[in-house]
Amino acid sequence: MSALRPGLVPADDAAARSFAGIMAILAFLAALAAAAAVSLSATAADWGAALAQEVTLQVLPRTGRDLEQDVARAAALARATSGVASATVLSRRETDSLLEPWFGQGLDIGDLPAPRLVVVRLGAARSADLTGLREKLVTELPFARLDDHSGWIASLVGSARVLVWGAFALVVLVMGAALLATTFATRGALAANRRTVEVLHWVGADDRFIARAFAFRFARLGLAGSAVGGLAAACVAAAIIPAIRATDAGLRDGGSLTGVSLVGWTGLASIAVVVVALALASGLASHSSVSRLLRDSRRT
Amino acid sequence: MNAVVVGEPVVAFDGVGMRFGRGPEILRDVSFAIEPRSFQFLTGPSGAGKTTLLRLVLAALRPTRGHIRLFGQGASRISGGALTDVRRRTGIVFQDFRLLDHLSVYQNVALPLVVRGRDEAGYRAEVIELLQWVGLGGQLDRLPPILSGGEKQRVAIARALIARPELILADEPTGNVDPHLAERLLHLFIELNRLGTSVVIATHDLALMDQVEARRLILSDGLLFVDEGAS
Repeated sequence: MSALRPGLVPADDAAARSFAGIMAILAFLAALAAAAAVSLSATAADWGAALAQEVTLQVLPRTGRDLEQDVARAAALARATSGVASATVLSRRETDSLLEPWFGQGLDIGDLPAPRLVVVRLGAARSADLTGLREKLVTELPFARLDDHSGWIASLVGSARVLVWGAFALVVLVMGAALLATTFATRGALAANRRTVEVLHWVGADDRFIARAFAFRFARLGLAGSAVGGLAAACVAAAIIPAIRATDAGLRDGGSLTGVSLVGWTGLASIAVVVVALALASGLASHSSVSRLLRDSRRT
Repeated sequence: MNAVVVGEPVVAFDGVGMRFGRGPEILRDVSFAIEPRSFQFLTGPSGAGKTTLLRLVLAALRPTRGHIRLFGQGASRISGGALTDVRRRTGIVFQDFRLLDHLSVYQNVALPLVVRGRDEAGYRAEVIELLQWVGLGGQLDRLPPILSGGEKQRVAIARALIARPELILADEPTGNVDPHLAERLLHLFIELNRLGTSVVIATHDLALMDQVEARRLILSDGLLFVDEGAS
């Protein structure tokens, strides 16, 4: 290809800026949605993995029984179960600290009949005999309850998946909008450059050559616009991470409950994919549109 | 490049008539042939239909009656690919130049080679040499809007010639240049003709035509008369 090719279709600065601006906005929306989709998808997978790694024993206080002994017995039963790596009894203070967000600090929680907790970590093989543990608890400590978190984690994972599909749907819609925007912009450019197209035909250019010239121009404009939009999306994602983490800090120590990390490598890769995909879509839509219009113009 | 079949005219008109809409016939029963390696002038008063006839030769218009054959193909059945082939075998100099204002002089002249997919390294020297020959060697990077009419005309001629077409159609190619340059350009067309290119120069410049003994296709009142001249 000659170096002349990029400039064959004259640049209409105002129209080109408008098109690049539209592509920047579309890329911004699609890039954020794609990054969120990738991140949420990874988070949902993490939650699924967490489901298989940890369960909790709740031991309720009963009148006439020694709660500390019951808790120790529950922990011992857990440790004796095959596939269990460890069973850690949360102290009274640790249990109280979990309740503080709901009851505040002014109340003496020690007077409440709060359950005590045993955190049970499962082995790497993930083949713990939880059914056997449940049966033992029913026999020896019927007021203890085994919570494998499956209910609420499954609900969270389900919600996350809905959000992931929603984000992908948004990306698809934005791509569709980009195709339509390119088609309209190409029609305008073709009409504005009718004389150029005519001269190209006179000097021996075929329709494919002309379509490629338009496609090249719109792919470049699309790439320029979507790169700006993608960069803006990456900056916004980077800016909102600390806010999300700060919000989550109160819910779980040491990190984000949602696990949202929009600017990880996968997030950045998804933004890059969106930018390149929009540029390619612009070029292809322009090529298709010009080919069709030139073919139709010969029929009339 | 496709060769013209021996004995087959480059262009053949047979009883061609042309009218626009319901208006009067611009061309009536026009029959003639342009043979390979031939040289002819197309002349007649303004409005006689010279440009219309050239557009028919380029298959830019379809005749309302009659038959046209271009390089051995029926013009009415020419498809997209065949039409491109006809245009690649034809160099055209428009009366209004039709230069692309956003491309430089060099880029305009190189355009026929670019659309053929030629590599710039292979044609750069050729383009510069031709531009030097037409006196524009020092203006390679200038844009058409700042050129004079004569300079634009020379760029248009160079663009038509650069791909060494089999047929050259030139619509008033010397209309905007001084007599000395007009003579030089005419000799360029004659030289191309000697190298095997068929040439049709549409003009009403009698002084120009008198410089060459060549066939004259004379359009008058929609009819075409052929003066074979002495060639």
